[in-house]
Amino acid sequence: MLTSTLPASAPAALRKLDPRFMWRNPVMFVVEIGAAWTTVMAVLDPSAFAVLITTWLWLTVIFANLAEAVAEGRGKAQADTLRRTRKATTARRLTDAGEETVAAAELRRGDLVVVEAGQVIPGDGDVIEGIASVDESAITGESAPVIRESGGDRSAVTGGTRVLSDRIVVRITQRPGESFMDRMIALVEGASRRKTPNEIALTILLAALTIIFLVAIASMQPLAIYSVANSPGVEGGFALGSHGVTGLVLVSLVVCLIPTTIGALLSAIGIAGMDRLVQRNVLAMSGRAVEAAGDVDTLLLDKTGTITLGDRRASEFIPVGGTTGAELADAAQLSSLADETPEGRSIVVHAKEAYGLRERHAGALTHAAWVPFTAQTRMSGVDVDGRRLRKGASGAVTDWVRGQGGEVPSALADVVDRVSASGGTPLVVAAAENGDVRVLGVVHLKDAVKAGMRERFDRMRAMGIRTVMVTGDNRLTAKAIADEAGVDDFLAEARPEDKLSLVRAEQAGGRLVAMTGDGANDAPALAQADVGVAMNTGTSAAKEAGNMVDLDSDPTKLIEIVEIGKQLLITRGALTTFSIANDVAKYFAIIPALFVALFPGLDALNVMRLSSPQSAILSAVVFNALIIVALIPLALRGVRYRPSSASRLLNRNLLVYGVGGVVAPFAGIKIIDLVVQLVPGMQ
Amino acid sequence: MGATTAGILFVGSLILVLVAVHVPLGDHMHRTFTSRHHWTAERLIYRIVGVDPDAEQVWSGYARSVLAFSVVSVLALYGLQRLQGRLLLSLGYGGVDPDVAWNTAISFVTNTNWQAYSGESTMGHLVQMSGLAVQNFVSAAVGIAVAMAFVRGLARRRTGELGNFWVDLTRAVLRVLLPIAAIGAVALVAGGAIQNLADPHTVTTLTGAEQTITGGPVASQEAIKELGTNGGGFYNANSAHPFENPTSWTNWIEILLILLIPFSLPRTFGRMVGDRRQGVAIVAVMATLALLSVTLLNTAQLAHHGTVPESVTAATEGTESRFGVSNSATFAAATTLTSTGAVNSFHDSYTSLGGAVTLLNMMVGEVAPGGVGSGLYGMLILAIVTVFVAGLMVGRTPAYLGKRIGPREIKLASLYFLVTPMIVLVGTGIAMAFEGPRGSMLNTGPHGLSEVLYAFTSAANNNGSAFAGLTVATTFYDVALGLAMAFGRFLPIVLALALAGSLARQTPVPASAGTLPTHRPQFVGMVAGVTLILVALTFFPALALGPLAEGIH
Repeated sequence: MLTSTLPASAPAALRKLDPRFMWRNPVMFVVEIGAAWTTVMAVLDPSAFAVLITTWLWLTVIFANLAEAVAEGRGKAQADTLRRTRKATTARRLTDAGEETVAAAELRRGDLVVVEAGQVIPGDGDVIEGIASVDESAITGESAPVIRESGGDRSAVTGGTRVLSDRIVVRITQRPGESFMDRMIALVEGASRRKTPNEIALTILLAALTIIFLVAIASMQPLAIYSVANSPGVEGGFALGSHGVTGLVLVSLVVCLIPTTIGALLSAIGIAGMDRLVQRNVLAMSGRAVEAAGDVDTLLLDKTGTITLGDRRASEFIPVGGTTGAELADAAQLSSLADETPEGRSIVVHAKEAYGLRERHAGALTHAAWVPFTAQTRMSGVDVDGRRLRKGASGAVTDWVRGQGGEVPSALADVVDRVSASGGTPLVVAAAENGDVRVLGVVHLKDAVKAGMRERFDRMRAMGIRTVMVTGDNRLTAKAIADEAGVDDFLAEARPEDKLSLVRAEQAGGRLVAMTGDGANDAPALAQADVGVAMNTGTSAAKEAGNMVDLDSDPTKLIEIVEIGKQLLITRGALTTFSIANDVAKYFAIIPALFVALFPGLDALNVMRLSSPQSAILSAVVFNALIIVALIPLALRGVRYRPSSASRLLNRNLLVYGVGGVVAPFAGIKIIDLVVQLVPGMQ
Repeated sequence: MGATTAGILFVGSLILVLVAVHVPLGDHMHRTFTSRHHWTAERLIYRIVGVDPDAEQVWSGYARSVLAFSVVSVLALYGLQRLQGRLLLSLGYGGVDPDVAWNTAISFVTNTNWQAYSGESTMGHLVQMSGLAVQNFVSAAVGIAVAMAFVRGLARRRTGELGNFWVDLTRAVLRVLLPIAAIGAVALVAGGAIQNLADPHTVTTLTGAEQTITGGPVASQEAIKELGTNGGGFYNANSAHPFENPTSWTNWIEILLILLIPFSLPRTFGRMVGDRRQGVAIVAVMATLALLSVTLLNTAQLAHHGTVPESVTAATEGTESRFGVSNSATFAAATTLTSTGAVNSFHDSYTSLGGAVTLLNMMVGEVAPGGVGSGLYGMLILAIVTVFVAGLMVGRTPAYLGKRIGPREIKLASLYFLVTPMIVLVGTGIAMAFEGPRGSMLNTGPHGLSEVLYAFTSAANNNGSAFAGLTVATTFYDVALGLAMAFGRFLPIVLALALAGSLARQTPVPASAGTLPTHRPQFVGMVAGVTLILVALTFFPALALGPLAEGIH
């Protein structure tokens, strides 16, 4: 992929040579000034060495710009695709008099617009009337249409998406030019990219290091002049004269020592981090949010839909009295045949799986009378062949049994309590046949925990992140699910405002909190959280409040977001360490080369046995430039990250980037020297 | 017993005693600087100075107090020297020359104790006792006070307040320095150091020449000179003089006094932040670097190749035969590692690699264990820089003891570690660029360069030892080194206090499995590594043209 984008990014890299742009990166700005200076020197006093050094110094700057251009290039392509979909649309605005057609750009907050099948929604807003299927592939890439309806948590629509069926009325919630699509384009393009706090801090540290090396090299000059003057009769060699070290060599030394590797790749790392989120269909509203994701201490996760599948399923038939399991399963299945809810279907399926009961079809029982579920009766059932079966909430069914003159066995209450305590929902099944009314047993409906959740939470724990499950269930139910899923803590019987106070309480202890949300009542907590991920299917209020939007609306993605945040910080730290560690070898290459003529003893420091002083200096400069290109893929991809404790992570990264950073340039410079020494004029 | 065995026993016994003593002393300092109780004598002082001892200061107030106190101290000491001729106990010496007086005033107030004069022939007893010795106490106390304010910045949460400078200063003098110095002085007197107010004696030597011998309150000044990591000798010969440091075992006591407080303060730090392991980690970094340096220096001095050292089995030039080569090398390591600058032998005479080690000790920034107080805050700031670079590699915004290292914190920490190397390099560069300052060198070639580099390194890091050889009693060096000392002391103090102020305001992030542990050997190794690499990278070119050019064959 890189090989294809590199040439394409070259023009952008050259444009970035503009000093007005370069000064924002102090390290590379110093390199550019150095390159300009050596250019002048090479013109005034041309030599093979001068030309080669100058060329490679310019290449160093260009490689740095290339890294940034490649990182931006990926976002630009995506932005262009988005822009194509955002063609000028018109809107049908509702007025007191009826309807008028206006340009989408003229819409104001609060305007009402009508959109019908085949039309493009002109701006972000909430559906206030109607229901429609909408094609949101323009922003999510997902081709399956989604349902948008007034009221509830699925009311938000995004400008630029297309209504496929029906008619809806939308209240516009965006200001002109600030649509979700506009922000998305700006974000992926990196146009509104600001440096994050950590990036600023690192830039300051790199600037400080640059200053130290500038002063160290500048102050070396009088020392060198003195040393030359004190060695009469000794030839200073090519790098040294009575006026001290030549300008070419001074610039080379400075460029090799200042942290160019990380300086060149720093902004590419940040852009690539945002880009990795975009590739996972998450839009971060700021780089700060991505960084905060790496720091998260507490994850608040909704139970339903995040930790559990969100629909309750039959998991067990518990007979009471003299009933057998098969008898209960048969009755439960029969009573659920006309029940099209997921719970009802799961009873039919479980009876088939657990007892081998053949699936019957409601249509086949022509003489059956179906009793539908109502909110008043809170039960459903069937009357067939003189048998009456009922299934429903415990209270409703026991009342029915008693009303029919039947007895409720005492064991039932125990079973119902046990199921409730384990986090499940008990459905009582009863039958009346020939005046014999009895309770058959209980169907245990369970909200199943998604597969693999425990492993994910274990990983979180290893990373030092506490997971808290938030649910409206009672304590007992909540505890059972929390135990099964393996979260660290839970908040039961949570009302929407409890979420906000939980976020605040965690933050008061100095912790950073991440959460997901979709409903309007999640908005305050999303806004308060350090990382608030709003679901794209949710309300506009939630999307406004959060600092990230997940276009796939997958709440478990929060875990990946945290990992991307960490990876971003690790990549910065690893390349900084690598960059500083590199300097050790460069000193060993250049300092002996400079002064060996004056002080032959310094040849002992020439541990790489480089062929000549010229070749040594040029090799260090070439290595310094090539290492930037070599590390571009790593900067874009990010350092490999496996969740583990901080200590272990650090040990590994220190070994690879710290020790590796000291060793690699010794080998690299030596290899380059073997080639460079063949160039004429290098001896 | 061979020289090596004796040297190892000497160092080993020092380590044992330090390991035993740093716990009670560290705890004592913890109590001293966290107690709410004021002594009656202290209340009296507060009333005279006019401060409310229970009112705390924010960082800027604390810094202003430090600077105000130091400016007044400089002026008072300058005045005292200039007016010496008209005051009591002057031993007949007149007022000190203006540029020497300025240099000396700065030097003693900044805890540097660089001496551009010869004690016994310049300063009378009054200036020694009420000027120089007083500054020996209070300049050390300023260092301890700033260190305590810095630690409070790490330990406290959501406050701007760092303590009260006047209270910290008074307690450091009365409760820490005075009692230990008194015990130390008695021990030195017992060892043969002199303590009197005698006029100079004129004696006739064996060869018949006349020699003037100055007496004075030497032992008392010697004790605080070492304890406060000051280093300004009563005599020009400093701790090589038999009245200051008579025997091998007073030599041992003096090294112990030098290392005592700097190695105990990390314990105080650990107690104050509520996690003793953090203190152990910091002391471990200091000890690692210090041991490395002592070993290298002893090796260079005992096993150096070269005609003379080989024929007498060690580099004996410039050392006192009372102490021998190894005990001199250990003293040299202790004094350069702690910003003390007292000497019992002449670093100029050391082997070039041995001289390079004394230089490196100071270039590390006087943090292993460093001067009283300044060593602790210097090391903690290095720990913060280490946390910033390495901490990123665990995938979190770096935090030290729960305090996040953001742009403001790293800006202050970066400036802190920029200041001293800049002063050293710029100062050396300027001196080497001009004919006049170059003329002060005793030697030519790389050794002369080392002399100048040493002078600026010593002044900027507030060490105060001299490489000798260099004639520094010139206006250029008096002024330039005076500025180096003043900037090298007070810029870092202001930056450290500002950093403490910004750390104190934060709410600490609770530690978890995802935070970088800062009490393990891993962290100790990292801080030591970052410190050495930063120093090596900064000073490699200068060292290459000085001691390395001379020493590598």
